[in-house]
Amino acid sequence: MTRYLLPLGIFAALVALLGFGLTLNPREVPSPLIGKPAPQFSLPQLQAVDKTFSPKEMSGRVWILNVWASWCPPCLLEHPVITELARMKIAPVVGLNYKDRPEDAIAWLKRNGDPFQLSASDIAGRIAIDYGVYGVPETYVIDQRGVIRYKRIGPLTPEIVREKVLPLVQELDRG
Amino acid sequence: MARLGVLIMLFALGPWAHAKEAAPAAEDPALEQRVMALAAELRCLVCQNQSLADSNAPLAVDLRNQVREQMKQGASDRDIVDFMVARYGDFVLFRPPFKSATLLLWFGPLLLLAAGLAALFYRLKRRRAAADVELTEAERERAEKLLAENGTERR
Repeated sequence: MTRYLLPLGIFAALVALLGFGLTLNPREVPSPLIGKPAPQFSLPQLQAVDKTFSPKEMSGRVWILNVWASWCPPCLLEHPVITELARMKIAPVVGLNYKDRPEDAIAWLKRNGDPFQLSASDIAGRIAIDYGVYGVPETYVIDQRGVIRYKRIGPLTPEIVREKVLPLVQELDRG
Repeated sequence: MARLGVLIMLFALGPWAHAKEAAPAAEDPALEQRVMALAAELRCLVCQNQSLADSNAPLAVDLRNQVREQMKQGASDRDIVDFMVARYGDFVLFRPPFKSATLLLWFGPLLLLAAGLAALFYRLKRRRAAADVELTEAERERAEKLLAENGTERR
């Protein structure tokens, strides 16, 4: 009887290990950018092309950068959550419009409402590469010193806002 | 005469030299080969089981362009890999780097092999030990008797 116990034990351990592996999300790649300064850029604003936006302008305050596109269905799914987040006014929410046609992007905001303080146009997607974006929507929380403190790949949900984003922003605001 | 020969050669070669210089670098086959060789080492993050070289996802195309552009500016493969890792993490590498967090990944198979060999040796040793049991005088006599009986029956 005992001679079967060892192989059975090994088998059970293997099943447990592989089972645990199945619960992990392979799309959640830990970002190496957490704790690093947010890459600098200067891009035209979506609704005012003669004006630019640069992360430098936000230094001294906690802010949220949300990468979105009008062609991205999960962005539409996330839109009410971003709208709610912006409405709470805990931190300015800036949009980074990713590889989009400006006219499509503007129409999308008109149709669904514009929660952003402003959106920067990254038509070529070059800035998004610097931010390690590979699946829109993505959201970053950036602190007063311009350091990325949190990154979410994929849509924000009310739970994530409540459990991760809000506590983090409050903690950062305290200093 | 020799001088004239050189002159004729220079004129004859001129168009080729010119054509080569004017060729757009994107059609430079050596560069393209380098781009694809490096892209094959990098994971496409949109379709995770494909490399940047295999994938036609828009991001993969952008990243290949990024690789090509940096190579044109004289970046080494190492520089470009560092550029990718800084943005997307070690996950972009199909060949994981050798560091403390990946020790188990690198040595795990060796460890399993060693464990298997150890188990095999242990078993073989036990089996041999079982075969080498010393018999007492009484046991030997009994065994001989049993063998002899067996032998007569068979005959």
